[in-house]
Parts: sequence; C-alpha cells; structure tokens
Amino acid sequence: MTKRQVMFTFPPELIREPIIYTLSHQFKVVTNIRRADVSENKGWVVLELEGEDSEIEHGIAWVISKGVRVDPVVGDIVEG
Amino acid sequence: MAEGVGGVSYTRALICRKCGQEYSIQPISRCDFCLSPLEVSYDYKAMAKGISREKLAGGPFSMWRYRDMLPVEGKTVDIGTGFTPLVKADNLGREFGLDELYIKNDCLNPTYSFKDRPVSVAVTKAQEFGFDTVACASTGNLAASVAAHAIKANMKAYVFVPSSVESGKLVGIAIYNPTLVTVDGSYDDVNRLCARLVERYNWGFINVNLRPYYAEGSKTLGYEVAEQLGWHAPDCIVAPAASGLMFTRIWKGLDELAMLDLIEPVNTHMYLAQAAGSSPIVNAFQSGTLHVHPVQPDTIAKSIAIGNPADGYYALRVARQSGGGACAITDEEIIAGMKLLAQTEGIFAEATGGVVIGTLRKLAASGVIKRNELTVAFITGAGPRTQDIVSDLVRPFTVQPSLESFEEVLGARV
Repeated sequence: MTKRQVMFTFPPELIREPIIYTLSHQFKVVTNIRRADVSENKGWVVLELEGEDSEIEHGIAWVISKGVRVDPVVGDIVEG
Repeated sequence: MAEGVGGVSYTRALICRKCGQEYSIQPISRCDFCLSPLEVSYDYKAMAKGISREKLAGGPFSMWRYRDMLPVEGKTVDIGTGFTPLVKADNLGREFGLDELYIKNDCLNPTYSFKDRPVSVAVTKAQEFGFDTVACASTGNLAASVAAHAIKANMKAYVFVPSSVESGKLVGIAIYNPTLVTVDGSYDDVNRLCARLVERYNWGFINVNLRPYYAEGSKTLGYEVAEQLGWHAPDCIVAPAASGLMFTRIWKGLDELAMLDLIEPVNTHMYLAQAAGSSPIVNAFQSGTLHVHPVQPDTIAKSIAIGNPADGYYALRVARQSGGGACAITDEEIIAGMKLLAQTEGIFAEATGGVVIGTLRKLAASGVIKRNELTVAFITGAGPRTQDIVSDLVRPFTVQPSLESFEEVLGARV
C-alpha cells in the first residue's frame, strides 16, 4: 500500500460531477481530502490517495481521462 | 540556539505556512495535516541580540557572511557562492528613463546562476541529516549546481533530465560527473517519476524533502542587496518567478533585516516577471484570484518554464501585499531584453534575464516605476548556457588577411 498526494484541478464543466466519489468506488483507492476550493466556475482539491500502486495509477489515469488535471501536490519538481 | 562549526544557529522548527502546525527540523517539506509547504522558523529574539551590521560586514565575501541567519548547524558546503555585484545600470536606466537603476548580477556565481545559493544550504543540510546522496530534476541550472555542490561535499548526485533537453545543455551538468539520467517522457512524466523516487529512496531530494532549507538560501539575495545599498531596501524590485520560491525569499530576506532592526521598515514594491508562455502566477494576479491554476509551459525561457508553481500562491501574495505587480513578457520581448542588457550594461543573461528586462521596460514605460525610485532588477542566470536563442546576432564581417581587404570591407566604418 502506498500513499500519493495530488491536486485535482477541475474544469468548470466537471465541477458538478462526482469524480472523487466515483474514483474511490471504481478503484480500490481511499481518498482523503485535505484542502479544497470549489465554486461554480472553478475548483481544486488537494487530497491523499491510498492503495496499491497499480490501483492508484489506474485511478489517476481514469481521472485524467475525464478531463481533470492531476498534479503532484509538491508542484513541479523539474526546475530550470 | 546551537553552536555550529563557525557560527550559531537560531533555527527553531519547521512550521506549516497554512495551518501553523510545527515540526522538528527534519527532511520533510509538507504539513501532514493540510499538505501545505513547511518553512523554517527562527528564534528572532535571540538572533537580534547576536547579529549586527558590523558583525555581518566582517564576514566572508560570500553568502556565508549571513550564516547565522540560515538554517545550518555544522560545516557548510561552500563553493564560493554569493556577494555578487550590484551594478549601477546608468546606460540601461537612460533607455528606460530610470535614474536609480541597479542590476543584481547573480550570473557571477560558481555555476553561473542564483541556484548556487539555495543549493549550498540544501546540500549543507543534506550532509547534516546524514544523506550520502542528493538528487534533483532539472533542465540545466539547478542540476549543474547540485552536481557541483555534491562533488564538493563528497556526496553522490543523481540528476534527472527530460529527454527533450538539448544535449548541449547537459555538458554544464556532466562536467561535475553526477549520475545523469535522461527520462523518456514529458516534463509532467518526469515530475511524476521524481515524486515516486522521493518516496522510494533515502536521498536528499533538493527541491522536495530538502525544500524548506533550499528555500532559505535565496534570502541572501535580499540581504546582499540591502547591505550593498548601505543597509537600505530598494523602492522597487523586479525579479523572475518560476516556482515562485526565490521571489518570496527575497522579500523574506528584507523583512527579516527590518525585523532585526538592521534596516528601516521595508516599503519595497515587489514586481514579479514571467514569460507569457508560462505565466500561471501573472494570470492569477491579473484575474484577482488567489489560486494559481497550472498551465502547460511553452516559452524559450526554459529555466522559468514551470506550469505548476509550488510557491505560486505565496509569490502572488508578496506581489499583492507589497503594492507591487506581475507582468508577462512574450518570447520576442525576452530576446529584445537579453540583447538590450548585453548591449547597454555588458551583461549576457539567459532568457530569464530578458524576462526581467522586458518587464522593467513595461513598468517604466507605463509610469508604474518612477524615474527617481531606487530599483533593483535581479539577473539570475548567465547567457552562455542558452546562447542558441540569440545566435542570429552572429553576423561577422569577412575579410582577407590583408590591410587592403580590411579597408575595403570596413573602411567606411572605422
């Protein structure tokens, strides 16, 4: 079991979709929200994902395929 | 307060910048509760008693003259970084109508960029924590600095580079003999890989688990400028932002000097400069939001092409709270800025320097920065590493090896 700390950034058209709920039901991933800011035209959620590596990977790939941007919570690690 | 080799440490704890949770000094960078960044806090009361202008001025001519204001305990890893020139830029000032313009030329660090400042502190800390390996992911400046400091500290270095980085850029890294790894994939792929590596290996990852310490090295930019101006903070500062970390730490450096009564209360307007092709912080500033939405970078200013800036929110706050601003510059303006800086002040900066000069031009032209305001522009990296982007300048006159030929071609010019 591993933990991954990520930030989901939602485009306006996906804010009303239960993406995080579906993620935890379609994949064996525990979602634990730590910070968030969601309004009618923007939304981001900082959360921790816990599960087997492959489940987290597949879960993240599914979230991305829905149109959500997924970034490591540490921000970009690659610097100039 | 603890006695270290050659100095005193006033480091107190790590503190969460969002929720205030405290942690002991250790190699972590995020709060367990809210996952926000941690920063080093100090015992400023004790520091104020132990530090004076005279004591600082008597230190070495490097960033380590401010050692007691940095989070280090033991022997420092020093390759001769800092105390770079603050140059009065009269020629460039005339171009922009600014009488009191200065350039902080941080190209003149051992590996040719400001990165030597934060890396110096981070590798010193890695040594203190007992790591035998340091690592980073970079397209140039950071990697070179990490590799150079690791060699000096007799540590191993792993450097991860996206495979799209031109091989010419890798020379300045490879010369220090780190384990250089090119990763087949996009920048985002490299980010994800590195996030996994941090979990897996017991390494000091410079801008991840050592980030709170790494950050503090950039405070010395603020300290130096104030000292070089005779212990005064400038009226205006123009500095580039990628992750936003350096921008926040220049401000923190000035703020600390004021807190320690070494300078008057700070009233500096902080102006943040980004390339238009990678300007998430400027976008947030202009739209009045506090959330920095990630972008996909597309600019020639590779060393500040960060789409998801870890400290974007905090940089944004500094720009707002200081009564400053934020400005984005096109690639064409960047190149024009690089050329103008070289051809007025004799300083060959990398593209990031062009971003700063382009921003300065806009701020001066619009009257935001006024003629008599003491302004410092931060030039943070040297040009030769990315000289290809201005290679069109090379248009030599060709002559035969005879006086006649020379005068035939250039006679009218001489």
